[in-house]
Amino acid sequence: MVTFVAGLDWNIFFQPAFDGSGTYLRFLLVGFQWTLLLSITAWILAFVVGSIVGVLRTFPGKLLPGIGAVYVEVFRNVPLLVQLFLWYFVLPEIIPGLGTWFKQGLNPLLQQFVAGVLCLGFFTGARVAEQVRSGINSLGRGQRGAGLALGLNLVQVYQLILLPVAYRIIIPPLTSEFLNIIKNSAVASTIGLVELSRQSQQLGEFTAHWYESFIAVTLLYGLINVTVMIVSRFVERVTHLPGYVGGRQ
Amino acid sequence: MYQFDWSSIPGALPYLWQGMVRTLQITGVAIVVGILLGTLIAVARLSKSSILSNLAALYVNGFRSIPLVMVLLWFYLLVPQIISRLFGQPGVDIRLLSAFVAFALFEASYYAEIIRAGIQSVSRGQVSAGLALGMTSGQTMRLIILPQAFRRMTPLLLTQAIILFQDTSLVYVIGLAEFFGVAYNTGNRDGTLVELLIFAGAIYFAVCFGASMVVRSLQKKLVS
Repeated sequence: MVTFVAGLDWNIFFQPAFDGSGTYLRFLLVGFQWTLLLSITAWILAFVVGSIVGVLRTFPGKLLPGIGAVYVEVFRNVPLLVQLFLWYFVLPEIIPGLGTWFKQGLNPLLQQFVAGVLCLGFFTGARVAEQVRSGINSLGRGQRGAGLALGLNLVQVYQLILLPVAYRIIIPPLTSEFLNIIKNSAVASTIGLVELSRQSQQLGEFTAHWYESFIAVTLLYGLINVTVMIVSRFVERVTHLPGYVGGRQ
Repeated sequence: MYQFDWSSIPGALPYLWQGMVRTLQITGVAIVVGILLGTLIAVARLSKSSILSNLAALYVNGFRSIPLVMVLLWFYLLVPQIISRLFGQPGVDIRLLSAFVAFALFEASYYAEIIRAGIQSVSRGQVSAGLALGMTSGQTMRLIILPQAFRRMTPLLLTQAIILFQDTSLVYVIGLAEFFGVAYNTGNRDGTLVELLIFAGAIYFAVCFGASMVVRSLQKKLVS
């Protein structure tokens, strides 16, 4: 194994890339940037969508929780790749005004990026929603009742009492969803977005140095993983609530 | 308004079905190998030998930290080279074989974690009881712990199988045509990509939603 890795030609990363953008090292780092940008933007969307849907699912009544449930089922039961192709190929065709703007107003890279963000954001939003819901449900009905009895309205109860605690409890599962969004962002390579896994394929195709390329990219994904885990452990410690175990797996 | 043209779907149904068969083949192989290998890894991870448990942890964390797309690309690079070194020019479909190997090994890491949690959920008293009866620790694991653990984690194993069924669509990245690939190719050929993608999404939804309902009712039965 060690002799195999040592026998590879690692100088390839210092040679100029086929597209004239600089060395292949730079070429990979561009992909690294797009992976991070795509993941973080999509995560913000997922967090907002997931919070709204998760809260809806815990509302009283039938209608709003029902809408939340339909959302979660739809986005959980269609493969990510299919969803991405629906966002990228189908929606711009069938939505009249917005679709034309998407196809004509945006350059290809931006089209791929927007489709990727929407796809990953709404897909992960469904999973975040389930975590938010279970976080809120784990608090027990007494908290909600106490808030209402104090004269707060429902929005205030969520904003001031339920969500601040629920978010802290679900930090560990949210961390693993964030790691998932980074891994899932590799799917955007199928529509041509130049993120990390796409760049590694192109590097392999143009230089035939597949092993060097895949090893480097695998290590970069590993690096992102380790970094996120260290940061999340820090966040967990800072936001830890006395009296709650915090649901660490 | 967009004019939908569903006309190319009826003629393509036999091909779509062939694609679905391939999807089910990949899913099936990955479930069987994944659970068998996953069980071994889970037991290794819980073993007293620190070498074994570290190796198992390395396997699980390694596979779980890289994207499935990269795993598929890796095995599509590795499998053909290994095969040609061992057997010369093979007569098998190298893409399909690569997908089998990639999914089986990848899923094993996910199943291993589910199975480990299942084993840990069985109370320690059961282990002591088995040992007290004169069983070896291997026999205790095989005859007492694993049957109870598997009964408890059946819903989770099935849910993972549904996720796996959806993930097989990613073999698109190595150019293998399973259900999704056939749908995409058909749509591309006939200029009806919009309709075929919607159709594929609807089929996936129907299958996965139906299966998850079954899992949910099973879960209720196990709890009661």
